[in-house]
Amino acid sequence: MDVVDSELLPGVITTRIDDAVGWARKYSIFTYPFVTACCGMEFMSTACSHYDLDRFGAAFPRFSPRQADVLMVVGTISHKMAPVLRRIYEQMASPKWVVAFGVCTCTGGFYDNYATVQGIDKIVPVDVYIPGCPPRPEAVLKGLMLLQEKIRKQGWKGQ
Amino acid sequence: MSSVRETLRAELGAAVLSARGEGLDSVLVLDAGAVPGALARAQALGCNVLVDITCVDHLRWVPAGRGTPSHPDRMPRWELPKPPSRFKLVYRLMALDAGQGAVRERLALECWLEGDAGPASARSLWPNADWLEREVWDMFGVRFSDRPDIKRILMYEEFVGHPLRKDYPIGKRQPLLGVDDGAAPAALSDEELRPSPGGKRP
Repeated sequence: MDVVDSELLPGVITTRIDDAVGWARKYSIFTYPFVTACCGMEFMSTACSHYDLDRFGAAFPRFSPRQADVLMVVGTISHKMAPVLRRIYEQMASPKWVVAFGVCTCTGGFYDNYATVQGIDKIVPVDVYIPGCPPRPEAVLKGLMLLQEKIRKQGWKGQ
Repeated sequence: MSSVRETLRAELGAAVLSARGEGLDSVLVLDAGAVPGALARAQALGCNVLVDITCVDHLRWVPAGRGTPSHPDRMPRWELPKPPSRFKLVYRLMALDAGQGAVRERLALECWLEGDAGPASARSLWPNADWLEREVWDMFGVRFSDRPDIKRILMYEEFVGHPLRKDYPIGKRQPLLGVDDGAAPAALSDEELRPSPGGKRP
């Protein structure tokens, strides 16, 4: 964010609305954890104090899609679950982002079979893919920072 | 007190085609027509838990000494008897003494099916048979004679075919739900789902 100290009024800074909104949104991510499988354990470990998602302003899970900004899809998505995930995504208010957490959500992983959706990007648009089975907390934090960067650059207009 | 297995064997007589296994692995292979009666009798004799109902698809039986079509050099490690028909239905029962917390007996009842026609439902004996039969229908397409309107349980309703059948193509993907709104699911082509020798397709 470009910040210029005002010459006219001390204690006032000037910036662009795009930068200010992007910066604010990036540090106030409310996540909707859509946890269906074993990756959920890794998500919990990342969210807890040892790795501390709260540093990124993203520690507050909202279990209502209306209140969430980021849909964290954590775990294998079966074809039977797919319409549910789609509906959750559609219920979220804009601006909204989606993180595919773990290889099953990215590509189906080793569940290359009749029951599993081969990557959730066939159902909902995905902003950040975090591969791994499960991804290590470091990878999750890296993915979260990439998402923050994306949110910041999008600025006022959202996605 | 004699075991459920021995009592059943004595009572059913010729309807018991064979028996194998001992103790916790006891298996009685029954004539399909005798299964509903045998289940009711087994419950009366103390098998109070229906552990599982499952099915085995013996579509591709290969005699010993000949490899499979895709792997000619892969020999079966032992001679398997030629299956009398394609589907084998398995009921796993348990006699549980809940007061003692002890399993008194385990028994599996098996039967070979004519095509995909299964016996009558066991719902009236064990309520959990409802879901187990729906699973067998969903995965294998076995029809239980008194459940013509049975519903799938694991797959969604628009799914076509029965995925655990050996002739369900392993790479077959069906249309996604929620994206192709309004589009009817495509049926499997004949090439994709070959008619099975032992059973009629639903």
